[in-house]
Amino acid sequence: MLRFIVRRLLQLIPILLGLSVLLFAWLRALPGGPAQAALGERATPEDIARYNELFGLDEPIYVQYLRFLGRAVQLDFGTSARTGRAVTTEFLERMPGTVELTIFAMIFAIGVGIPLGYLAARKHGSWLDSTSVIGSLLGVAIPVFFLAYLLRLVFAVELGWLPGSGRQDVRMDATRITNFYVLDGLLTREWDAAWDAVLHLVLPAIALGTIPLAIIVRITRASVLDVVNEDYVRTANAKGLATATVRRRHIIRNALLPVSTTIGLQAGLLLSGAVLTETVFAFGGVGSAIYEAIFSRDFAVLQGFILLLAVVYVLINLLVDISYGLLDPRVRAR
Amino acid sequence: MIPAEPVLEVEDLAVRFTRRGEQPTRAVDGVSFSVAPGETVGLVGESGCGKSVTSLAVMGLLPRRGVEVSGSVRFQGQELVGAPDSQLRRLRGADMAMVFQDPLSSLNPTVPIGTQVTEVLLEHRDMSKKEAVDEAAALLDKVGIPDPRRRLKEYPHQLSGGMRQRALIAMALACSPRLLIADEPTTALDVTIQAQILELLRELVVDTGTALVMITHDLGVVAGLCDRVHVMYAGKIIETADRHDLFARPRQPYTGGLLASVPRLDGGRGAPLTPIRGSARDTIPWAEGCAFAPRCDNAQDDCLTEVAGSTVSLEPDGPGRELRCRHPIQYPPSTGGATASGVLR
Repeated sequence: MLRFIVRRLLQLIPILLGLSVLLFAWLRALPGGPAQAALGERATPEDIARYNELFGLDEPIYVQYLRFLGRAVQLDFGTSARTGRAVTTEFLERMPGTVELTIFAMIFAIGVGIPLGYLAARKHGSWLDSTSVIGSLLGVAIPVFFLAYLLRLVFAVELGWLPGSGRQDVRMDATRITNFYVLDGLLTREWDAAWDAVLHLVLPAIALGTIPLAIIVRITRASVLDVVNEDYVRTANAKGLATATVRRRHIIRNALLPVSTTIGLQAGLLLSGAVLTETVFAFGGVGSAIYEAIFSRDFAVLQGFILLLAVVYVLINLLVDISYGLLDPRVRAR
Repeated sequence: MIPAEPVLEVEDLAVRFTRRGEQPTRAVDGVSFSVAPGETVGLVGESGCGKSVTSLAVMGLLPRRGVEVSGSVRFQGQELVGAPDSQLRRLRGADMAMVFQDPLSSLNPTVPIGTQVTEVLLEHRDMSKKEAVDEAAALLDKVGIPDPRRRLKEYPHQLSGGMRQRALIAMALACSPRLLIADEPTTALDVTIQAQILELLRELVVDTGTALVMITHDLGVVAGLCDRVHVMYAGKIIETADRHDLFARPRQPYTGGLLASVPRLDGGRGAPLTPIRGSARDTIPWAEGCAFAPRCDNAQDDCLTEVAGSTVSLEPDGPGRELRCRHPIQYPPSTGGATASGVLR
């Protein structure tokens, strides 16, 4: 197991190196550099040259790259051209928001998706089944930004039931410890701050969780339908076990194996930044930070954030693989 | 041996698979047989002849949707056809048990062997968890699995094929059932392991007086184990005989063909096998005559039509024998038991 983990972590090195080269080249191929973005349309060539010199953007690309690499291994990704703050600091501020959002979105997707998929399979061919199949098709097909706007318009703007932007009410003077707002509220016993942060998460989490929800419903349904016809379920019935035991031990447990992979992959995707959702809800997470950085050609932020997200993504996948081994003894053996 | 009161009496059992927009399929049609304690009855036939469906119908394990079961299955006097699920669950695993064909797929891959054995005990017998574990170890030991305590903690993929089948048998035996149905229990196993498993089943019948229904396409298994044999074709029993009669003087041409298609040591090397013509798909509905007629060498015109007024019926054919055939294999009285097929094993 340890060898497996170490090997996977070592695989990160070539992935990150390759990604950093691609990123570096790609960003510099974008029309309009950071100087243009920072100084505006009417900047003179002299201004731009001075700006580039100041930020070391006048040197050959490979020199810039090597310098970047040298600092990156010490977890220093430079400073944001837009805010003047260290990229690492910004990331640590933004990532907790995305993590919270992902957790809530996945709770929604799993909490609704697995029971719904299971019921659809048990009532195979019923109206519940067809509704969930059609619904999950819709869920995958509907554009996230559209759903996000719709939810915001209906529940935040028109009905006013839930907050429609930000991570916390601006009037709330909450103490920050970890930048996980809900967690902070709990740690500092500022219950109203925690509850407020939760309320702010509801709409974005639903918008973001809809695609994973739809996928989970479909995978769960298909998987249960498969497992129900397995020989070992027939064996379990032949043993005269109570229906509940057959379902719990022999159907659900095995049916959830493929679902767990899906959950891991989806969580990984969500964690790497929900650009659209975060933008619609002005949610201060990684996704909206990347969005802002692209528009201001903020190379340092883009490079740093995307590389760090790649690390997060690989780590999540590693976690999924490890948890799969816990669920399925056949994988553990290898 | 005079058989005692039968444990299982199947009468006129029929199973139809219905699917929306399609003609219903008769998988099993008018099957009747009975099994007494300590007796081993074989259901023999090719794939798709309805033998497995018969066993699943007896156990009440066929899906409820799309399946119509009619006729009667009496187990220790209780009628099982149409019985509520709760009653069937009380009986299954406790009084009637089943061993399946493919031991790997018949075991849950994510649950330790031990749990899969103890769950039967905990369900049907008043036992503490610890007693169940002890009993499970004893059961594995009884079916010949070495080091049972360790095996209890292992998963199916960690066991060999033969051991998996033994584990399945241990589960089936857990509550000392009165009836055991074994559906091709040796098909997925090596020949040497096959022999061990059959020996295990034979000992079981002798020791405990369990009634055993052996479902197989393997005539070697029949020869080694069964007291009485029912040969099935296209959902119906076409010949019934005791083991010796069947091997000595098969009457149905299908049975004869089955016996003749087994390779024989005394046939000389390179001697061609004599398979039955065609495949199980080449049948006609029983309503139109004899389903085997299209493949039968003895077939005559009246096999294919309703000359006799109705379906070819199953009729008594000497002591302890029944036959569904209008032109059976004939034996000259003088030659006694010397037959086309000789003696297997």
